[in-house]
Amino acid sequence: MNQSLGGVTITPNLLLFGALGGAAAMAAVGVVAFNNAVRSALCLVLNFFLLAIVYFTLNAEMMGITQVVVYTGAIMVLFLFVIMLLNLGAPQLLRDREDPKRWLGLLLGFALFAIVAGQIFPSLLSHTNIGAVDGYGSPQAIGRTLFTQYVLPFEAVSILLLIGIVGSILLAKRRI
Amino acid sequence: MNGVPLVAYLALGLFMFTTGVVGVVIRRNPIVIFMCIELMLNAVNLTFLAFARYQYTKLPVGDLQQQSSMMAGQMMVIFVMAVAAAEVAVGLGIIMAIFRLRQNIDIDEMNLLRG
Repeated sequence: MNQSLGGVTITPNLLLFGALGGAAAMAAVGVVAFNNAVRSALCLVLNFFLLAIVYFTLNAEMMGITQVVVYTGAIMVLFLFVIMLLNLGAPQLLRDREDPKRWLGLLLGFALFAIVAGQIFPSLLSHTNIGAVDGYGSPQAIGRTLFTQYVLPFEAVSILLLIGIVGSILLAKRRI
Repeated sequence: MNGVPLVAYLALGLFMFTTGVVGVVIRRNPIVIFMCIELMLNAVNLTFLAFARYQYTKLPVGDLQQQSSMMAGQMMVIFVMAVAAAEVAVGLGIIMAIFRLRQNIDIDEMNLLRG
């Protein structure tokens, strides 16, 4: 099982990551490619869930749990709720027309990927050693850091969320 | 998970980010555009966590500075998630308000701010 492919050793873990990452990438493509907004939202749910598993493989357990709860639990429910309220399930309401913008966008995407990958990947290709110690993603470690060093940004974020709540109520209400 | 190079995680993150950019450019449905923005934010989160795990450090274990550099990536991910939640709540509220006003949410026909 230990064959070398271009300087990278093929291990079972790498194959597992390939399966996870490939599925996540296909779900990401599905978000853009499906014409129906509900299908896009379900692809995004799948993508976020697979991403949570990828976070677990990075030993960031707390972040994986938060990903499932916040993104797949709260944010995607909000998306599906708005799609249902606006009745956008019918695809004929907003069919994407054929126009040159689509091919221009794809070209832009390929160019962006090629430029960033060409600049960053060659210098990091041989980097496989793990610098983080065990348990760096545990709830204890995160809580200790969040409520000591990062307590001021934490409070700022709480104010931001409060403003977000008030703003969304103001926008959604017909008449105050 | 040992045996997976850093580049694999970065490649997945970059692919998701690129997909999000393409979606924002080519789609006309504002809700799908919001989903693509979420995709980009998650790609950045994945990159943060990958660098947090594979960071290059030579400080001795138990050093306070090493501890703080080890947690910085995850702290950023927490704050990005909070900002994304607020952004989605306000953005979907704006979409609802526009839909109530015009009964049409085609992004290419929104030119109210053009003056």
